[in-house]
Amino acid sequence: MNKPTLAPVAVLLVVLAVVPAFAANTTINFLVSALIVTLAAQGWNLLGGFCGPFSFGHAAFFGTGAYVTAVLQSRYGVNAWAGFAAGIAAGAVVGGAIGWLSFRAGLRGSYFALITLAFAEVFRIVANAVPLTGGATGLLLKLDVRPANFQFASRAAFAWIALGCVVAVLALSIAIARSRLGAQFAAVRENEDAARALGIDVLATKLRAICLSGAVTAAAGGLYAQYFLYLDANIAYGSWISVEALLAVIVGGIGTPAGPLFGALALHALGEATKLFAGAITGIDLVLFGLILVGAIAFAPAGIAGSLHSLSARWRR
Amino acid sequence: MYTPSIIAEAVVNGLLTGAVYALVALGLTLVYGVLHIINFAHGALLTCAMFAVWALSDGLGLNVYLTIPPLAVLFLCLGYGLQRWVIGPASHGDDGNTLLVTLGLSIAIENGLLAAFHADTRTLSGDAAFDVVELGPMLLSRPRLIGFGVAVLVAVLLWALLAGTDAGKAIRAVAKEKMGASLAGIDVRHIYALTFGLGCACLAVAAGLLMPTFYVNPRVGNAFVLVAFTIVVLGGMGSVPGALLGGLLIGVVESLGGLFLGESLGQAGIFVLFILVLLLRPAGLFGARA
Repeated sequence: MNKPTLAPVAVLLVVLAVVPAFAANTTINFLVSALIVTLAAQGWNLLGGFCGPFSFGHAAFFGTGAYVTAVLQSRYGVNAWAGFAAGIAAGAVVGGAIGWLSFRAGLRGSYFALITLAFAEVFRIVANAVPLTGGATGLLLKLDVRPANFQFASRAAFAWIALGCVVAVLALSIAIARSRLGAQFAAVRENEDAARALGIDVLATKLRAICLSGAVTAAAGGLYAQYFLYLDANIAYGSWISVEALLAVIVGGIGTPAGPLFGALALHALGEATKLFAGAITGIDLVLFGLILVGAIAFAPAGIAGSLHSLSARWRR
Repeated sequence: MYTPSIIAEAVVNGLLTGAVYALVALGLTLVYGVLHIINFAHGALLTCAMFAVWALSDGLGLNVYLTIPPLAVLFLCLGYGLQRWVIGPASHGDDGNTLLVTLGLSIAIENGLLAAFHADTRTLSGDAAFDVVELGPMLLSRPRLIGFGVAVLVAVLLWALLAGTDAGKAIRAVAKEKMGASLAGIDVRHIYALTFGLGCACLAVAAGLLMPTFYVNPRVGNAFVLVAFTIVVLGGMGSVPGALLGGLLIGVVESLGGLFLGESLGQAGIFVLFILVLLLRPAGLFGARA
């Protein structure tokens, strides 16, 4: 990450770390939801922002992380932390499988976006039908508040864990952006044929990106399961998370390590504000999100992170 | 238990549904063939058109088929305006952006309809759905027969428009070679918007044909849009006859799938089929270019 955006990110992280200690439960709920979406969006960014392929179906990874975490605990008595780790691994495996199938078939651009959407929908329909996931009634995790169980008496503790995950992935994203792998991602994103001509194994690079991406977004799903202790197919594999993950990245700044955090916080704040002003009209916040997506692409393609960058550059001159 | 007459009836019913699917896919493939973009808002616009048909027909008491011509004109204008003043300028000529802009539009439209009409499912009042025609041993629904006839007629008209008129020639020229068409004095942005408008007009017609036997709710378009994408990929991106044949084929597959596999798995079937088509035959069954 370049210097100009580092300072606001550091300030933001400190604020986010301090707030849970004092805030009311509703504020912490808001924060945890925003951080879970941030994590999902960070996953999306590792694939779509760093390496290029746009996914419309990141719900496939989110839901897999959530269901593996929850099902292992409730049906097989596995420890919650182990279940969470298994969920992350499952996200990477599902990412690898979807990536292997579709990248090997040469699907790019719109075709890749559509096939990821179709995968997420198949998962949703299956999860809604099979008994293992609780079918349409969903899956309720048993309330057993112990840290060893990944359940905490104070909501603040959970907010700090979510923040810890976000910071870890932020650090990972910065490290990747500076590494050889990051350079390979960028080369594949900018021009696949040129990257191949330079000796980069394009398929392997994309597979690394989608496995990483799947794992991070699955972690978001696992956190969701542990925080809300309830899942059904329309939550876990619903298109809402695919849309929010993508939207947070576009609004925050695509391909920048801190973009997802900016975007998710801004969108959630806006969503809450809309609900406050427009009352209980279903869908009104999403109307706004849709328009923001169009507006962001039309007027601010570099997102919040990009605007901060150019603002601070102007300031210095 | 699957007697030949039951299977034959399923095939014919599939063909009838498939023709309307084809009409939805026709709009999508036309836009893809000329603009080389995937219009992700196609499903949401179809939902919009279905609500418009429902409002005119149930609210004002118009005959459902009489709502088609004015709505087709309205959607032609709406599509023209959307492409010319929203999608085109907002996406800065980048395909990835267009996909995201149309995704944004579809989210906004779908949830706008949700806010306005709530999640309730609505059907046209009246008993048109039970109006049947006896054809040999088969009982066929009259509105679906009409739908089949009109859908095929519209496809032929569209094909004639592309083949025979000056506007059609300009559209084909832009589809083949944008730069060359522009040098020959064709206003490419106008043709783009016109094509998008024609695609939307197809949706208005499809909505009028669907409503007598189908229902509408704010999310109904999603079901159609993936079916339409499947048809477009099957028939070869940008091919009008391909969309028609692909539509009929998918209609029959869905109808037989529902007969043999049951309702809930049949739902997943269309997505699985879509994935398989993309993975195995991305160039389409009829071998058109990718």
